[in-house]
Amino acid sequence: MAMDDVPPGQAEAGPGDAAAAVVFATPNATTPGQPVVFDTAACTGCNICVYVCLEDVFIPNPIKGKPPVILYPEECWYCGPCVEDCPHEGAIRLNHPLQQRVRWKRKATGEHFRV
Amino acid sequence: MHHDNGRLLPWPYSVQYGEEQRIETDVLILGGGIAGVWAAIAAARCGARVTIMEKAATIRSGAGGAGVDHWQWAADNPASGVSPEELTEALIDNQGGYRNGISTYIQCASAYETLEEMERMGGKVRDVGDEFKGAEFRDDASKLLFAYDYTNRIVIRVWGADYKPLLRKECRRLGVRILDRTTATGLLTEDGRHGARVVGAMGLNNRTGAFVVVKAKAVILATSRPQRIWTFSTELRGLATFRPPSDAGNGYAMAWRIGAQLTMMEKSMRSPFGSPYSFPAYGSGNAINTWYPCNIVDANGKEVPWVDSNGRVLGSVDERCRPAEGQKFFIMGGGSSSLPHPGHKRFLGPKPIPDLEQRMLRGEFTPPFYADLASMPEMERKVIWGLMVGNEGKTRIPVMHTYAQSGFDPERDMLQTYDFLRGSGMREPVVPQERTFGESGVCGGLLVDWDLMSSVPGLFGAGDLVFGGQDHSHAAATGRYAGARAALYAREQGWGEVDAAQVSSEKRRVYAPLSAQGPRTVDWKELNAGIARVMQNYCSEPKNEELLDLAQTWLADLERNEAPLAVADNPHKLMRTLDVLDILTCAQIIVQACKARRASSDYLHFKRLDHPDIDPAEWHKWITVRLGERNTEIGELPIAFWGELEPNYRPRHDANLAAMGAAAGEGQRRSWGIG
Repeated sequence: MAMDDVPPGQAEAGPGDAAAAVVFATPNATTPGQPVVFDTAACTGCNICVYVCLEDVFIPNPIKGKPPVILYPEECWYCGPCVEDCPHEGAIRLNHPLQQRVRWKRKATGEHFRV
Repeated sequence: MHHDNGRLLPWPYSVQYGEEQRIETDVLILGGGIAGVWAAIAAARCGARVTIMEKAATIRSGAGGAGVDHWQWAADNPASGVSPEELTEALIDNQGGYRNGISTYIQCASAYETLEEMERMGGKVRDVGDEFKGAEFRDDASKLLFAYDYTNRIVIRVWGADYKPLLRKECRRLGVRILDRTTATGLLTEDGRHGARVVGAMGLNNRTGAFVVVKAKAVILATSRPQRIWTFSTELRGLATFRPPSDAGNGYAMAWRIGAQLTMMEKSMRSPFGSPYSFPAYGSGNAINTWYPCNIVDANGKEVPWVDSNGRVLGSVDERCRPAEGQKFFIMGGGSSSLPHPGHKRFLGPKPIPDLEQRMLRGEFTPPFYADLASMPEMERKVIWGLMVGNEGKTRIPVMHTYAQSGFDPERDMLQTYDFLRGSGMREPVVPQERTFGESGVCGGLLVDWDLMSSVPGLFGAGDLVFGGQDHSHAAATGRYAGARAALYAREQGWGEVDAAQVSSEKRRVYAPLSAQGPRTVDWKELNAGIARVMQNYCSEPKNEELLDLAQTWLADLERNEAPLAVADNPHKLMRTLDVLDILTCAQIIVQACKARRASSDYLHFKRLDHPDIDPAEWHKWITVRLGERNTEIGELPIAFWGELEPNYRPRHDANLAAMGAAAGEGQRRSWGIG
């Protein structure tokens, strides 16, 4: 949507700078939408995760050397070969859906934690 | 993100809809999971030219591709206290007869031999580093580690995280042609005739959209079981499913369309992995399988006692791994305190007290409950949170690696259980509608004979798709056996003719979703959910003729009205759409099988209000279903139709070993030495 199409006054209505105030008509995101998180510094865009993925969740990034694009996040099985077979430690890690993060209790202190 | 500020990215692979690739091979394997790659290796060792068609990438695909932690029912291992015959009979008996005697015997008699072959391919099988020296579950002579029944030693704990890449490497070394990212869609029969010899198969490249036609002398189906029949929610379930969501029953639908017989299709069940509300498999506190026999404690740290099958309270962790008095061996234990066990007490292993819920309500225990690894003996803790959780595919990265990154420490922390009172601790299905078709447990599938050949000549089956069998070692052993049988069969066969009409008709079917148009088109996910809702409403628990008729009516309605409107706009979605059309076919098969069984059965988790007698003797039989020339044909087989085990198995297995040669194994017959 071009700036010209924004009704008068609305582009300036939001907080922050002018660029942040541009509002797009976006559909809702598919959730869970982020089954893995890439460390953009560690990932070399080698696409081994794209190769091994059981569900074809990713596609290669059109920009060479960048992390793959998560095209079908809701199809992820969270099986982990993308992490297991990644040649760059920490470049990709699983990001469990919020509603499936298991809790635990530390015996000595009684503190509670979660994934 | 799949768009860049609203700009859609172009499809990254070259699109080749309709372009046809033709391949010839002796043995074609559909599905390159555990069963498929073992079949390929065996067939190649027999000298056959072999091709695998795999929906994902063979290096990690399948339910067992990410790893395996225990090698079930290896009664042929040198430390076993149970013979393959005895174990097979027990496993069958434990299912009330409804377990595949053929494939289970192949598993029990050659699981260890298969594991030794895995070891020769580089897989770690033994505790060579003496990490577990002195442990009760270790056999010092062989350095094998065992699970569950430490006295009888029939399940081997293994370091299976890298087995799948090693198997693929062996496939490559043997010259197996691998067609990754290619979904098998249909079988080819001689002259295109219904029920005639299978002479190949067709598939869709799910990245490019190209079509492949493979002419073969023998075809092995190894495409696992249909998931997503009763429950489908990408929002809720992804992490919690036990088999890959892409298991869509393609093999069942393909076999059905050409008239092969299926059996036990009426069985479905609630499974700990079947609830949309469950937690990651073996990723919350539990005491089954991978986690057996973990301590469970309540909120105040009070330990939940365990009892054996005689109800005797057990005093130590080691006792949880020993058969009860008067019991020669046990099959499985642990798990829920109240979930009804359909099997016989005779083979039931130790488990937490069955009246935990009542005792909690009386105030003896306080929820929530936790799995307390820290209080386990050191070897037991290390073998669970280490070897087992660290090698089982669904836990290695999602649980052990991910939880460790979040700070979980098995020596200090207790992992919460969910719903431990009612089941596994991973949260059970809340209502009976939340069922699965064999997401865990044995279920129906392709009817096979002692060659693992189906009722259609030239079509073989292996792994989870074969009726009434399960486990990683079952997939491996039956894959290996089927691969050799198919190769030997192929030697005797000439080439069949690929029927041009069969190819063009399949191409029309496969590409139809690309041209669906209009405001009423339906996405694969919505169609899947619509099918699941019909199954929840009309083919759940309990059943009767009227409900099943309605299930049939509404599935036919979806087939007539929505299936033609299923729409796809790239090769990936085309694959998913075809998967859902196969799920629809599987659902229709299931309903017809349910109609055919007019008796209830505890063993089949099958309740009919109009036929309430439970497991009456006259219905103690297999119901078979097949698509005939005109209608569905219902048949039946006696419960142990496979006849004697060893006399049927041994000559074929010996011929397999002779054909596979030295690489497959020593080939000598073992002496069981069972007293």
